[in-house]
Amino acid sequence: MSAQPTVLSLRGVTKRFGGLVAVNELDFDVAEHEVLGLIGPNGSGKSTTMNLISGALRVSDGEILLRDQLISDLPAQKIARRGVARTFQLVRMLPSMTVMENVMAGAVFGHRRRWGREAERQVMRMLELVGLERRANARPSELTYIDTKRVELARVLVGDPKVLLLDEWLAGLNPTELEEGIALVKQLRDEGRTIILVEHVMDAIRSLCDRCVVMSSGHKIAEGATEQVLSDPEVIRAYLGEDDA
Amino acid sequence: MSGMKKSDYQALSISALLLVIAICLPWIVGDFAVTLAVNMAMFTVLTTSWALFSGPTHYISLATAAFFGLGTYTMGLGLDYLPFWLLVPIAGIFGAIMAGIIGLATLRLSGVYFVIFTLGLAEMTRQIITYVQNATGQKGILISIWFEEPTFYWMLVALAALIFLVGWLIGRSRLGFALRIIGDDEEVARHSGINTALSKVLLFMIPGAVAAMTGAIIAPRYGYIEPLIAFTPMLSFQVVIMALLGGTGRLWGPLVGVIPFSILWELISASFPNQTTLLLGLSFLIIVYLLPQGFVGLLLKIKGKMRDGRGH
Repeated sequence: MSAQPTVLSLRGVTKRFGGLVAVNELDFDVAEHEVLGLIGPNGSGKSTTMNLISGALRVSDGEILLRDQLISDLPAQKIARRGVARTFQLVRMLPSMTVMENVMAGAVFGHRRRWGREAERQVMRMLELVGLERRANARPSELTYIDTKRVELARVLVGDPKVLLLDEWLAGLNPTELEEGIALVKQLRDEGRTIILVEHVMDAIRSLCDRCVVMSSGHKIAEGATEQVLSDPEVIRAYLGEDDA
Repeated sequence: MSGMKKSDYQALSISALLLVIAICLPWIVGDFAVTLAVNMAMFTVLTTSWALFSGPTHYISLATAAFFGLGTYTMGLGLDYLPFWLLVPIAGIFGAIMAGIIGLATLRLSGVYFVIFTLGLAEMTRQIITYVQNATGQKGILISIWFEEPTFYWMLVALAALIFLVGWLIGRSRLGFALRIIGDDEEVARHSGINTALSKVLLFMIPGAVAAMTGAIIAPRYGYIEPLIAFTPMLSFQVVIMALLGGTGRLWGPLVGVIPFSILWELISASFPNQTTLLLGLSFLIIVYLLPQGFVGLLLKIKGKMRDGRGH
């Protein structure tokens, strides 16, 4: 993995909300074709970090680089165009549009922009990838929960992003759906996509992530290969609380 | 999303046929009907362009009167120096610029603030012009040229045809698609790579330009313009009501609202000249309660039911 070039770097990234420091001096790199797990207990700053990378929030200090180019001073739409695509913690559909049009949004305006027949073909390829090619003309309101998640995944994949941010993409799925979800992300990993995964589901983290960054109260408390990090006493203490450790 | 489909050719042929009928109308109907038709054509222009922006974004603009008034005053003040036909596009440019400025200032605001701002803007413009006129001792402006009713009608029909063409092209463009995404979820739009502020400002300039051009075209019909005529807030509300009555989900939606409402309005103004505002408010309530998606929504619902019915 270390031989791969770095795609995304965070350097001393800090986010303050008034007096609260949600993310404190965070550093980490993501290499090409890597699946990085960003984990930690609730309120540790994972989602804030995702929002900082995607430009939904502005950094208070530090910088974020995409392929050595500064992106942390850009508005969200420019970051998306540079090649950072994200899903949302609570799945967000375009309710008045069909599944096809939902995915088209990513194809027309994303990192790799397409239009017309070419865009339609690419959308259909993505719908096949996530297993929704038969529901292309359905409305989001007619879909099951996991299917809306699939649509969202297709929407971010269709623009060939350099980095994919999956913010608790597996949350809220039932056990069968979870298996399907993990298999789908695994497939993306095998295709060589670069992914940052914020996740609580331990099975998913174990089977998907090459490396993990662990956050607690806005700080990075551990970083390394997944198994090694998950057995780190400090990580266990952060997850279970001081008394149980 | 690109390339012409069979349904596109059908829609184009139907539109062309309707346009021919609309052009021939003054030769077919009587004088009173032509007067009514001028109003219909004017509101078709205003509501269709209004819906191009407000339909997909759900930003309710009450600035129509401001742009319209700007157009009438451009004509009123400009006729001493320039010919009529040149002043119409100039008014359009002024309207677009004004809309651009308003857009940059307000479209970052959420919906409610935008509504209040646009209403306030129209009133403010009216007050300023009233103030300036009082200060200079002027009461209003006499318009030195005059056209027959059918001429007004044909000019407005031509403008309407242009707007339908522009609307149709926008509907097939990236900009049109971007606006629909913004209307559904602005957050998703931004993170998909859409410059939401720029898209909204660009599209808001269209109703601004069109309302100003309409004001400029219609100014000679008034003969004499003063702020209360040119900037009447009633106009902004009528446009919103007619567009919502028709439905903003389709390009032709507002037209379906304009025709019955213009006739109804003619009856109301003739029979209850002092209660027009009250009746306008009532009709607004009725539309919002009974036809939240307008006639278009109703038609699509019936079509959907018929399809389901066949399926069972």
